[in-house]
Amino acid sequence: MAPKLRLHGIPMSSCAARSMICLYEKGVEFELVLVDFFIAAEHKQPPFLSKNPFGQIPVLEDGNLTLFESRAINEYVSNKFKDQGTDLIRHNSLEESALVKVWTEVESHQFHPAISPIYNQHLLAPLYGKSSDQAIIDEHLEKLRMVLDVYEDRLGKTKYLAGDFYSLADLHHMPMMFSFMKTPWGHVVNERPKVKAWWEDISSRDAFKKVAVGMTIGDK
Amino acid sequence: MAVMKLYGSPLSSAVWRVLASLYEKGLDFEFIPVDMKSGEHKKEPYLSLNPFGQVPAFVDGDLKLFESRAITQYISHEYADKGTPLVVPGKPMAIVSVWMEVEAHQYDPLAGKLAWELGYKPHFGMQPDHAVVEENEGKLGKVLDVYEARLSQSKYIGGDTFTLADLHHLPTLSFLMDTPAKKLIESRPKVSAWVADITSRPAWCKVVEFRKQH
Repeated sequence: MAPKLRLHGIPMSSCAARSMICLYEKGVEFELVLVDFFIAAEHKQPPFLSKNPFGQIPVLEDGNLTLFESRAINEYVSNKFKDQGTDLIRHNSLEESALVKVWTEVESHQFHPAISPIYNQHLLAPLYGKSSDQAIIDEHLEKLRMVLDVYEDRLGKTKYLAGDFYSLADLHHMPMMFSFMKTPWGHVVNERPKVKAWWEDISSRDAFKKVAVGMTIGDK
Repeated sequence: MAVMKLYGSPLSSAVWRVLASLYEKGLDFEFIPVDMKSGEHKKEPYLSLNPFGQVPAFVDGDLKLFESRAITQYISHEYADKGTPLVVPGKPMAIVSVWMEVEAHQYDPLAGKLAWELGYKPHFGMQPDHAVVEENEGKLGKVLDVYEARLSQSKYIGGDTFTLADLHHLPTLSFLMDTPAKKLIESRPKVSAWVADITSRPAWCKVVEFRKQH
């Protein structure tokens, strides 16, 4: 019997959550190996650095294969277990799989750079005893609005981002979307009916709900 | 069978990324210039190819794609048997995939800012913001320290052979080598040797030639 996959991280980490959602969607058994993040900063030192030289979580260990970067972990898991669970990469269709790639790149290069500074400033900075910079938040809210306008148009044509099917492209958005909806600016999503409906749909998925329980950053 | 079409500007580093993959694979394609000075990329009909109003966009038959790294991945998989293999079979691809994400999330945000400040801004007659340059050089230096250690264990960034993980770096790397930020590369022997190797590839030289001719 193959050893269980080991995911190193903590439940409240949005990047670890991105990979946990994928593992649950694929029905893959894994062990969450907790990292002493806030007190010991275990991830910033050896031996953890030999797993991820950038000193970040998550890390996935599958036998003697060690991977980092949540989106690469998800690509690997979705491929290796392509015949079980939700089909996240649409490997049987050239066109669908190419569109999944397009919209996963959109998440990486359009959505994430717009939304993560808002998360960092409003939700993370207080955890580290720093004050948040409203100018940075305002600048990125403007960028996020422009990105979500494109999504509003896209989701008028397809049910999910890559097509009429849920895929990694939608999944990769979920941790940041979940945290964003806890900020005072969730109306940016709610003002866009197609985006709002898409978020309500994907956040009702069981795999996400399992992981959302642990994503406590931003809770009062 | 209609020829593949690449839409964009010869000035765009994202366009160069796709060009590199097309030249590595020896594929026929038609380059369709987009007049960014007049804002063609922000209007229809271009927006129906890339709704973010950015270059490049790519058409192969009925398939319309955007985001340079999605296009290069499509090209690498669909034309796997042509030219240079840019993806690899089996478990080693998982490692290539890790370093593709490193390029996208650790390297590119910093290198892209430096390329803008030290490369594009002077081209458009603007002054670089020295505080931004200093901050990003510091951060990029730390990322390149990780690359230095990685390249001591691995011939190329994703493994033993040249792959998309290396190729995706080429546009901003070659840009930075023409600016004072090149000191970040030159001061790291393994990184320096890797950059010299990948920027001397014939396919990359073709991209440089393409830029000069346009």
